[in-house]
Amino acid sequence: MKPSRFQYVRPQSIPEAVMALQRHNSKVLAGGQSLTPLLSMRLASPDVLVDINGLTELSGIELRGSELWIGAIARHQEVLTHVLVQTHVPLIQQALAYVAHPVIRNRGTSVGSIAHADPAGELTAVAALLGARIHVSAQQGPREILAADFFVGPLESSLQHGELVTGVSFPVLDATWGSSCQEVARRHGDYALAGVCALVQVLDGQIMAARIAIFSVAGTPLVIDVIDVHEDHEKLNLKVQALIDPDTDIHATADYRRQLVKTLVVQALTEARVHAELRQS
Amino acid sequence: MTTKSFGEPILRKEDPRLVSGQGRYLDDLGHDALAAAFLRSPHASARILDIDVTDAIDVPGLIGIYTYEDLEGRVAEPLPLLIPHPALLNGRTGYPLANEYVRHVGEAIVMVIAEDRYVAEDVVDLIKVSYEILKPVVGIEDAKAAHNAVHSSVPNNVSAHSVKEVGDARAMIKSAPHKLSLDLFIERSACSPLEGKGVYAIWEEDSQELRLWSSTQTSTGVRAAVAAKLDLPLQKVECIAPDVGGGFGVKIMHPWPEEVLIPWAARKLKRPVKWSEDRREHFISSAHERAQEHHIEVGFDEEGRILGLDVTFFHDNGAYTPYGIIIPLITSTQLLGPYKPASYRVEFTSLFTNTVLVIPYRGAGRPQGVFAMERTVDAIAKYLKLDRTVVRERNFIQPHEMPYDLGLIFQDGRPLEYDSGDFPASMAMLKKMVGWDDFETMRSEYAAMGRKIGIGVACYVEGTGVGPYEGGFVQVETSGRINVATGLTSQGQGHQTVFAQIVADELGVPIEDVFVTTGDTRRFPYAVGTFASRAAVMSGNAIALAARQVRDKALRLAGEALECDPQDLEIVDGIIRVKGDHAKSIALKTVAVLSNPLRYAFDESAKAATQFAVGDTSKPPVPEDQEPGLEGKDYYSPMASTFANGMHAVIIEILPETAEVKILRYVVVHDCGRVINPMIVEGQIHGGVAQGVAGALYERMAYDESGQLQNASFMDFLMPYSTEIPTVEAGHLETPSPLNPLGIKGAGEAGVIPGSAVFASAIEDAEGFEIRRMPISPSELWELRRTMKENA
Ligand SMILES: Cc1cc2nc3c(=O)[nH]c(=O)nc-3n(C[C@H](O)[C@H](O)[C@H](O)COP(=O)(O)OP(=O)(O)OC[C@H]3O[C@@H](n4cnc5c(N)ncnc54)[C@H](O)[C@@H]3O)c2cc1C
Repeated sequence: MKPSRFQYVRPQSIPEAVMALQRHNSKVLAGGQSLTPLLSMRLASPDVLVDINGLTELSGIELRGSELWIGAIARHQEVLTHVLVQTHVPLIQQALAYVAHPVIRNRGTSVGSIAHADPAGELTAVAALLGARIHVSAQQGPREILAADFFVGPLESSLQHGELVTGVSFPVLDATWGSSCQEVARRHGDYALAGVCALVQVLDGQIMAARIAIFSVAGTPLVIDVIDVHEDHEKLNLKVQALIDPDTDIHATADYRRQLVKTLVVQALTEARVHAELRQS
Repeated sequence: MTTKSFGEPILRKEDPRLVSGQGRYLDDLGHDALAAAFLRSPHASARILDIDVTDAIDVPGLIGIYTYEDLEGRVAEPLPLLIPHPALLNGRTGYPLANEYVRHVGEAIVMVIAEDRYVAEDVVDLIKVSYEILKPVVGIEDAKAAHNAVHSSVPNNVSAHSVKEVGDARAMIKSAPHKLSLDLFIERSACSPLEGKGVYAIWEEDSQELRLWSSTQTSTGVRAAVAAKLDLPLQKVECIAPDVGGGFGVKIMHPWPEEVLIPWAARKLKRPVKWSEDRREHFISSAHERAQEHHIEVGFDEEGRILGLDVTFFHDNGAYTPYGIIIPLITSTQLLGPYKPASYRVEFTSLFTNTVLVIPYRGAGRPQGVFAMERTVDAIAKYLKLDRTVVRERNFIQPHEMPYDLGLIFQDGRPLEYDSGDFPASMAMLKKMVGWDDFETMRSEYAAMGRKIGIGVACYVEGTGVGPYEGGFVQVETSGRINVATGLTSQGQGHQTVFAQIVADELGVPIEDVFVTTGDTRRFPYAVGTFASRAAVMSGNAIALAARQVRDKALRLAGEALECDPQDLEIVDGIIRVKGDHAKSIALKTVAVLSNPLRYAFDESAKAATQFAVGDTSKPPVPEDQEPGLEGKDYYSPMASTFANGMHAVIIEILPETAEVKILRYVVVHDCGRVINPMIVEGQIHGGVAQGVAGALYERMAYDESGQLQNASFMDFLMPYSTEIPTVEAGHLETPSPLNPLGIKGAGEAGVIPGSAVFASAIEDAEGFEIRRMPISPSELWELRRTMKENA
């Protein structure tokens, strides 16, 4: 369990980082909480590791117009406790509460988690549900990728070799919106067997919009608009079940995962509505 | 009076060092040593056709590549079969490096030594082994079917078979008014210490001596085994267990292949060599335990009294049997727990499979036995519509029947006789603590809220402190420092504290002055090891006896110095004084000075012991029947094991839709005789309960049919976190053991034993259908509900 040989570079600026990333078989090292185990098990053997932890300009969490911007080296723990996140996109914190354990959250980055594109990652679902924009620096210049276009498959994104994610911006949700993240994991902080993020808009006690993102049951987070069925749990379940295709593995059968989704969708929507009402009161 | 420390919750002396990063575990040693890495079999059963190192030999930093062909002398022989037994008809052990055949994924084939572990792993990646892949045997059913053989020389994959009978159980069952039969399964788990195994060896070419560190539970065992394998005089080998990050059984096995190979390589290369096991290696090449399949036939009367119990079980022993058949032997004898069926028959068959070998894991066969017995008792209660605790109470051995001979032979080859215990009192205490009699009220309150809860109970008896012996050495230095040594090893149990407590009380000295060394063959070369909840019983008593020798000698010398009868003296806070005349006194450390007549005055205290300062010139300086120095050494070797017992109850809630099990309360009543340190005993219970919860609800070894372990990491092997472990409410009962001077019994394994039994009992109680297989995950429980509903 020792990584194979690699070169380690620690650039001091974004252009320098992008330059380093042009080298053959390079990889970004952010918090290292997903990458280092892969290196140790030799499931990843990059030639060059580009450590972005020196890029202090990417450490911020700030409001940019109607968006909340989270920089590439902001740690889960900072995001989890940041007042701007709490005020403007509470779903991120609702989801992060399920992510790993304090020691891992102290190091792991929220943006790294999205870049990693783990279909079991809570933040991938959040990004997909909110329609976040992924900001990328590349040699050809910066570009943006919509979350819907970013997640391509399990651990696979539309990021090209040599590209650096500098940050992710999330649309700010005013008080008409409520959200919730619900999941079932075998142990606290584990990746979920199944999980659901829900987002509802409540105006004058009426649900005006209802969307969910289901994670851990497909190769990418699955966003479903459920405004048409949210009041009828049976129809809601039928709609959702038709779209998911969970696997059986050593931890759970596919049918059990379906059962979890059924339960969690209702829970998440109920909680999201309560949340919206709470924010409005 | 010196404050009495035996029985007090004294803070652990070792903790300031261990929790502040001052511990020295195996991988903290030998930073400049060469590193070893192993190429291990990717197949469960295969013949090795060729090993090609062409691509590997030019890697810079490579020192050597070794295969079976390179092994010499006794290193090339099969590893020892440590515990032979007449029922073990076909014991088999592996070689340090595979000799033509590999029999489980993870078996070592090639050893690579390099400048560091990174290079060694690079080299391993470049070695190509070609195999003829054979059909593996995975799991008990596969082994029984015997379509394939693990060892071609072993028919039907059977390593051992045993039948034991007390009375005619089959006839008794036949004539019993009521009968039941049950099939019960337990899956594999593993010790999973946070620190894996590790070996570090230094060969001193000049003196032809080997110094060896191993993360082991028996440094004396490793030393003897390595000396034998390397054909070295025992005198030329020393073995030290440094700080060890947990053992739980896996490190009592010895010699592990690496424990032979690393010293062998160090001698061959004349350079220090180290190997630290990584987590994946630990999963696939150390040891597992627990997989057993039991069939029970039981006959009983209207009252629920067991008239005949007939147990037939199959034990999966993995690919080899280096540790013999201790586990099924323990299951077969300890299954009975606190009960006295009128007749008992037990038959077991131990089977080879192409999986990691099986050796004791904390509890060692008892969790399975207790699961089988307790499920049976619950089934009787359900059948007769009786309270589960009532059926238990009716079958209990009563206190007045102690000592109670069960008519069986225990794992140490001696008669199985319970020395003491008060099972009805334990049960009464448990029921009171958990609120057993009020549970139906609680159940309806929860039901009214739409919540489903259940309560479970399980009892066990644990033979602890097995022989043959341990020794203790106690020495008073002239500074007042007390050195204590015992040969068995420590893996975090708190030996530095409890042994110091014993010595502090026996000698009348402050505990701060007592320093304990364990597991270092340079300090105490005679020992067995730390396993079977034996350290406190065995070494504790040996150390107490050694301390009493020191006390006798100190009082005698002090009597001479103070010109009084030693009988009139007492030792308080390190001062020997005349009872009732405290002015007449001498410090224990001064007596240490006097005990060792000196020629040379190297410091002030030594001056007092030189030949012109002391001594009765009419006698030799050291009297004929005495030795210099204030020290003592003694051994404790019991006639039989001492039997601890306990009872657990758990209240759980099961979520209606997701079948997740939440633990609401976990209550333990525990009797391990006289308690040296209640805080440490409680810590042992908490750790045990954590592993009990783990085995019942989380952990399993997920082998696929090709013999690949699919969850060989802590990501997929679900060792619970602290967040999954309940608060343990523990009650203590102290029934002293009549068998040893201190009246103590072992406590190390207790907490884990009834885990699967108590959770199965509670889940069954909540769900209403039978639980016959553990561990159980929410997914399995949900699927089981569905099957039950479909069948209903
Ligand atoms: C025990 C444990 C439990 C965990 N549980 C959870 C959980 O429940 N839910 C969850 O979501 N996560 C979990 N994680 C993962 C954790 O959240 C990681 O921190 C996160 O997935 C990755 O963030 P990182 O900063 O550590 O990225 P790294 O490990 O450094 O990188 C991960 C991958 O993303 C790439 N990458 C990272 N940042 C960038 C960037 N800016 N631009 C381009 N590529 C980039 C890297 O090249 C690498 O391929 C767990 C981790 C552990 C060790």
